Amino acid sequence: MSKIHVSTTINGEPAEFLASPEESLLDALRNTLNLTGSKEGCGSGDCGSCSVIVDGRLVCACLMLAVEAGGHSITTIEGIATGDKLHPVQQKFLEHAALQCGFCTPGFIVATKALLDRHPDPTETEIRYWLAGNLCRCTGYDKIVRAVQDAAAEMRGS
Amino acid sequence: MPSLNYVAPTTVSDAVKILAAASGPTRVMSGGTDLLVQLRTGRLKPELIIDTKKIPGIIGITQNADGGFTIGAATSGALLGEHKALAAAYPGVVEAACLIGSTQVQGRASLAGNLCNASPAADSVPAVVAAGGTVTIAGPGGTRTAAVESVVTGPGRTSLAKGEFITAFHLPPIVGKTADAYLRFIPRTEMDIAVVGCGVSVTLDASGTITAAKISLGAVAPTQVSVDASTIIGSKLDDAALARLDAAAQAVCNPIDDKRGTIEFRTKVAGVLARRAAAIAVARAGGRK
Amino acid sequence: MTFIGNKSDLRVVGTRPVRPDGVEKVTGRAVFGADATMSGQIYGRVVRSPHAHARIVSIDTSKALALPGVKAVITAADLPNIPSEEAFVGEGPMNFRDLSLNVMARGKVLYEGHAVAAVAAMTDAVAAAAVDLIVVTYEVLPHVIDVEEAMAPGAPILHDDLFTAGVSPKPTTASNVAKQARFTIGDVEAGFKAADVIVEQRYTTAPVHQAYIEPHAVVAAWGADQQCTVIASSQGHFMIRAYCAKLLGIDISNIRVVPAEIGGGFGGKTVVYLEPLALALSKKAGRPVKMIMTREEVFRATGPTSGAVIEVKIGATNDGKITAAQAVMKYQAGAFPGSPVNPGLMCAFAMYDLANVDVLGYDVVSNRPKVAAYRAPGAPISSFAAESAIDDLARKLNMDPIDLRMKNAAKQGSKTVYGVTHGVIGFEEVLAAAKSHPHWTAPLGKNQGRGVATGFWFNIGGESTGAVFINEDGTVNVVSGSPDIGGSRASMAMMAAEVLGVPYEKCRAVIPDTSSVGFTHVTGGSRVTYATGMAVTQAAQAVVEDLKKRAAMIWDISPEAVEWKDGQAVPAGANAGGFDPLPLAAIALKAAKTGGPIGSEISVNAQGAGPGFGAHICDIEIDPETGHATILRYTAVQDVGRAIHPAYVEGQIQGGAVQGIGWALNEEYVYNKKGLMDNAGFLDYRIPVASDMPMIEAVLVEVPNTRHPFGVRGVGEVPIVPPMAAVGNAIRGAIGIRMEHLPMSPPRIRAAVDGAKMPKAAE
Repeated sequence: MSKIHVSTTINGEPAEFLASPEESLLDALRNTLNLTGSKEGCGSGDCGSCSVIVDGRLVCACLMLAVEAGGHSITTIEGIATGDKLHPVQQKFLEHAALQCGFCTPGFIVATKALLDRHPDPTETEIRYWLAGNLCRCTGYDKIVRAVQDAAAEMRGS
Repeated sequence: MPSLNYVAPTTVSDAVKILAAASGPTRVMSGGTDLLVQLRTGRLKPELIIDTKKIPGIIGITQNADGGFTIGAATSGALLGEHKALAAAYPGVVEAACLIGSTQVQGRASLAGNLCNASPAADSVPAVVAAGGTVTIAGPGGTRTAAVESVVTGPGRTSLAKGEFITAFHLPPIVGKTADAYLRFIPRTEMDIAVVGCGVSVTLDASGTITAAKISLGAVAPTQVSVDASTIIGSKLDDAALARLDAAAQAVCNPIDDKRGTIEFRTKVAGVLARRAAAIAVARAGGRK
Repeated sequence: MTFIGNKSDLRVVGTRPVRPDGVEKVTGRAVFGADATMSGQIYGRVVRSPHAHARIVSIDTSKALALPGVKAVITAADLPNIPSEEAFVGEGPMNFRDLSLNVMARGKVLYEGHAVAAVAAMTDAVAAAAVDLIVVTYEVLPHVIDVEEAMAPGAPILHDDLFTAGVSPKPTTASNVAKQARFTIGDVEAGFKAADVIVEQRYTTAPVHQAYIEPHAVVAAWGADQQCTVIASSQGHFMIRAYCAKLLGIDISNIRVVPAEIGGGFGGKTVVYLEPLALALSKKAGRPVKMIMTREEVFRATGPTSGAVIEVKIGATNDGKITAAQAVMKYQAGAFPGSPVNPGLMCAFAMYDLANVDVLGYDVVSNRPKVAAYRAPGAPISSFAAESAIDDLARKLNMDPIDLRMKNAAKQGSKTVYGVTHGVIGFEEVLAAAKSHPHWTAPLGKNQGRGVATGFWFNIGGESTGAVFINEDGTVNVVSGSPDIGGSRASMAMMAAEVLGVPYEKCRAVIPDTSSVGFTHVTGGSRVTYATGMAVTQAAQAVVEDLKKRAAMIWDISPEAVEWKDGQAVPAGANAGGFDPLPLAAIALKAAKTGGPIGSEISVNAQGAGPGFGAHICDIEIDPETGHATILRYTAVQDVGRAIHPAYVEGQIQGGAVQGIGWALNEEYVYNKKGLMDNAGFLDYRIPVASDMPMIEAVLVEVPNTRHPFGVRGVGEVPIVPPMAAVGNAIRGAIGIRMEHLPMSPPRIRAAVDGAKMPKAAE
């Protein structure tokens, strides 16, 4: 089959591209659209490094076909900040040193935004279970959880 | 190079037509969370993928007039978890669906995919079976209804005929003191494939005695298996009943040794989970009117 | 070199500023290996052995070459057949011939996943299809995985030319035992005779992988004039340069390696896999070649660490004084010699001041990927055994396990079994901090247990280069040659800012390519803050001397009459003259008039790296019916010398502890009967997830290492040494059973509980 034309919205902007049926959304983001902020850690939905938000729903971009993106609204790490103003989640990750190598960080930030958009006051347990699909090998998760708690407090206006 | 085609029909009848006419290996896709992994590893090499998500009603949850639920086949676990009435009526089914994979996976994974992927370890299957779930199947001959436990015939195999696919799941109305629960054992706290899964549904009378029960075990046999419910019917789930249940659960196990668990371990834990899930279901049922 | 001893004198060091590369990392703009591109690049893939051990009979590449879009295919025939040569460039001993054979098999494949050919094509899809078209004919050979099976007579031999080193007279029969090593002090036989109590136990551990989340990735271009550019994630771009030059037979000056950001390494990226192949493909294809490993390839074909068998025996008198310690350690090296058995031997008892120690180790090859360094290589394995035995010893003596360790603690002047005498160390301080921590006396409930364990790591110094350049506006560029795997860029900028007396935000840290900064050894061995920090500090100090000279020129006084205070040149006393202070920016403005650009680049071969000690306390709850373990609470105490950026020091401790917990509970390579890895993915290779862990409390004890201007000790590796024994000792406390095998996974715990019950059932 020849490539399929996909029309979608990415980070608030219309995006059009051609995709082969077997390409994942992650492939399209990284290789066709030059949005390399979403990472491939495993390609099988087990690490969360490719986390994106589709129509307000947190998903792994490696578990969606690129051709499924048509007509939907996608948010990637590149769309979390507003211009040069960081999102509170990004800011708190920096303040809490919640990243070491930084490879899993885009996935965690997107997943955290998805969490706090739905659950503004999560407990530590709720945070850890929500983020269980995001693997980090560097931090042991401690500072990530603290950053999420602090971002939640700030976003609630506490 | 073999190439892959993709279509996203917008009606059930179009989907049936395409599926029935497909000559090469074909897969129906809802959430895609199993399918994409298998495409990538080469375990599956379809020539055609039929994406059902553009069919109206294939995503969505309705509570019927009789109190039962109709769940579109491609509805994600996340949507199931957010449906208050469904979660109140069938906490076990919802728990099971919301244990599949991660938050990201639950954003896409569906009951239909979990069932038709036909892994012996599928999380939602024991819970839906215990709850008495049925499915509507569309095909060249029209639509038919089937019990969920009749769909999977072996690892990776279903009883669906050529041209057939599932359009909806149905859960019966909760009557009286009826409630369900689902537990699974995994080595970590999340993300693992179930080493053992157990879905239980019980009905109690006014005195708290179990009058009906269904217990389904996953990951301990090629398909889900039912545990002899007579072990607890007529009891209030006292220690003797729990011991009978434990033994009966172990007795129906026919697991394999693999990287996720040994035969011995799976068998023992099946007994443990059956006891614990039954206790939760009984406690929940006791709280209902 | 001045040691800036007083912490209260420090303005920047010890604070927690945002790291300079932070914004690009939280916005997804940072360029990791797989994000890099070169104009005109094509895509490479590797053909890998499906067998654990086989002779390569033939390789037919014709069908692959005929596939439209394929631009090059290589096998070992395209790489120089280099002779055996020992080197120490990465984080351990390296034989270049072995490295070359590991990167591309020649004649024989030695593990499932061993590279036998590689292909480059216009798209990744065509390259993947071409891989399937390369026909390799194998003669499958018997394989051996388990370390004791590999040592046994009659085991399949991997290398006909491998004779056990360290044995006299030199053997004439080829063996899988590459090396035997022994360290001895005193007389252990006499020590055991004098002991009132002896503990003896055998432990086994399974191989585990570093499991960095970023798979290996490279883009490489071989130019027609032999000049090559490589962009890769790594723990050492100078290492990549050296290894590629050696393996491909090219001048080092002809390779420029650009360090991409690295998504975790933990030692596993101190070696090359794809880089020489990408260059060789690029040479043949005449195009840049991009190669990325899949997660499955990372597990099957890159070096995990050893699995091992360790027999340990410790004796003590009733007062708790250890009279003898002995161990025999057998470590898997994988397909080529070079397991970390030596550090395992050296570290197991290095926390204790012992007169009689005898440790014997074997480096054993088997049909698995060649092991690569993994965070304190060798020590976590031997410490699991030694610290479990110490715990059993404490129980037999009816002694508090921390008190037992205090009674035997190494201190300044204590001799180690490997001959080095400890200098200023902080082990006693660490033990005291652990014992006085509220965690140690917090109450425990049913099925809960508490374990404590300690650990040691040498930390290394070595060659590093750092540079400090003053820009025309007085801002500062801090340059170093160490890839940043955990926030070290921030520490470099902080140290420079401290010395220069300027705000941290005015110092920007960069890590340029290998052609733009002096030689720097790998980012590993817990050496960067120490050695590269030393180089950067010395460069900043040299700049300060120059700034004082410039001020002296401006004021027309002698340089000896100028001091540097708070970022300004000031006259040294009233006699020097009544000049207003000259801030750095003001001097910078006049740089051209006072001698030209202001900057300094310093290379060091840092000596005096101070060892680190840690003590971890772990609370665990076991579900006896399922064997499930829940970590309830975890405290990690460590002597860190001086924490330049405490948050990143805490991060090293927390991350290392959680890796160790994963190693203890669920991580292992599972092999099927054919010697093939059964769990080559993150689904079934189970590293800890966020919901598995509690908060990890990191307690920083600071006993400064006076050999470093800021008192730094390496911190990154010590934290992974104690956790397995801490967890095992906690399980011992919870269910009363000593676990002897790693991982201590639920089926094993449940079986241990059942086994312990059985005698009772028979009563």
